[in-house]
Amino acid sequence: MWRFIGLRSLQAIPVILAVITVTFFLVRAAPGGPFSSEKAVSPQVQAALEAQYRLDQPPLQQYVSYLTDLVQGNMGPSFYYPGRSVDELILQGLPITAELGLYALLIAVIIGSFAGVIAALKPNTMQDYVPMSLAMVGICMPSFLLGPVLVLVFGIMLDWLPVSGWGDSYGDKILPSITLGAMYAAYIARLSRSGMLEVMSQDYLRTARAKGLPESVVILKHALRGGLLPVISYLGPAFAALLSGSFVVETIFQIPGLGRFYVQAAFNRDYTMILGTTVFLSTLIVVFNLLSDIAAAWVNPRLRYQFKK
Amino acid sequence: MTSKISTQSLDHDIPKGTSLWEDALVRLRKNRLSMIGLGFLLFVMIVCLLTPWIAPYGYEEQNLRLGAIPPSMEHWLGTDTFGRDMLTRIMYGGRVSLLVGFIATSVALLIGVTYGAIAGYAGGKTDAFMMRLVDILYALPFMIFIILLMVVFGRNLLLLFLAIGAVEWLVMARIVRGQIQSLRQQEYVEAAISLGLSPAAIIMKHLIPNALGPVIVYTTLTIPNVMLLEAFLSFLGLGIQPPESSWGLLISYGVETMEEYPWLLVFPGLALTTTLFALNFLGDGLRDALDPKASRD
Repeated sequence: MWRFIGLRSLQAIPVILAVITVTFFLVRAAPGGPFSSEKAVSPQVQAALEAQYRLDQPPLQQYVSYLTDLVQGNMGPSFYYPGRSVDELILQGLPITAELGLYALLIAVIIGSFAGVIAALKPNTMQDYVPMSLAMVGICMPSFLLGPVLVLVFGIMLDWLPVSGWGDSYGDKILPSITLGAMYAAYIARLSRSGMLEVMSQDYLRTARAKGLPESVVILKHALRGGLLPVISYLGPAFAALLSGSFVVETIFQIPGLGRFYVQAAFNRDYTMILGTTVFLSTLIVVFNLLSDIAAAWVNPRLRYQFKK
Repeated sequence: MTSKISTQSLDHDIPKGTSLWEDALVRLRKNRLSMIGLGFLLFVMIVCLLTPWIAPYGYEEQNLRLGAIPPSMEHWLGTDTFGRDMLTRIMYGGRVSLLVGFIATSVALLIGVTYGAIAGYAGGKTDAFMMRLVDILYALPFMIFIILLMVVFGRNLLLLFLAIGAVEWLVMARIVRGQIQSLRQQEYVEAAISLGLSPAAIIMKHLIPNALGPVIVYTTLTIPNVMLLEAFLSFLGLGIQPPESSWGLLISYGVETMEEYPWLLVFPGLALTTTLFALNFLGDGLRDALDPKASRD
């Protein structure tokens, strides 16, 4: 197990480095410098600005100094918000996005696996069709449509819940969390249904039943562990998808989180901010993929053999 | 696998066997949801294809005095704040949404099948290296990268096709590689090799046609993903740009005015959702028909 964790972690390093390198040079390759505005700036000011953001150095040197700064946790100043650094802005948005993502993931995992398991217990009955049709709706209904519809129904027509903000008024976290979680609940329902169906036909479950174990123990203790395995492997990619989903949800509900910063940075052409957030989010995603692989290998020892030879 | 059994058996007076494809077609026909999906898709595609001739109003036609009115006899789906006919806008938007779906999927298909086939056929170290590369790329957060590309190189349609296609080929490559790897152990491939056929000819003539089932299934399931991705980007304002239009863009306009004019959100939303539904049902049906062993997740 330790060998698996060690070697799998080593794999993550080139990925993160690749992300940083590609992002850095892509952003540098962007046409139009960050200060090419309509307003003409005197050459001295231009030079001073370029020196401040180290744009006067050759690209390779910029890259090396960016890496060195990054290791020390310094992502440089924001182009758009004067006097504020990128890490400051990220740290400001992170707790909000993390909270939103956590609620959404909880909703997705709890509702999704519950629906999937329920459906798999009685396949091809109403108990299967109803949750699975709902899951299909969840998959085909993108968050940028579900969110506004929820706002329209529960926020405006029924006036039950606030429709924007985060922690400003009572209950304003409910709609964004549901909007973000719904699609992943749908995926997880489908995954756990097929996982459970596969496990239910295995010999060891027949053995468990033959031993005279009550059905609840058979399901809860023996079937769930194998049946929910695909869900555990899915959590890493789901986390990545949740982060990009938060771009939309934070925009719809005007939540000042990382996702909104990212989209705004994209519009403002705030290159250091784009670079910083991309690197940060990507690293986060790679780390979560890693954790999800480790969790899957912990539950299913066969996966550890990937590195045995 | 019916086809193989029928060719192997002695060829005197046995009833004509059904081919794998005929078999699959029969199975697909029995799946009512898939057939409805297929019918609906054909309908949407024909409507979108014929839009310039059958659209009730012109694409640029405004009627500012009219403003936004709810559905009526003259405007079946109402009009937007500029008095433009929503049905017309949705039809034109559908053209772009479907085009992105099909072209980006074709890009993914082309790269994925070629890459997967080469890796699977070559085997050994080449295969290990190529698939490792896919693993690494797979771990990259591509959504973020597409946004980055759109920011850096401006928002043009061609780049959008390429960027989305470049993301979606990875799974395709894995599927094809797995298929080819198991197929190349079979005797008929050995026979082809001993006849002196070039690897390219073997891959193109013998391997890819036999690996087509899962490829078709996955292609059908990729199209809705791609369309979602396009809509997602357009919604954020990073995809299709006006005067071009797509369902994602129409939805994002609809959101702005949904309190006063909910039909501007509801109809484009319905168009996108039902099309995605149809594609997913068709994909599920094709999977059951062509690849009965595959798990449904």
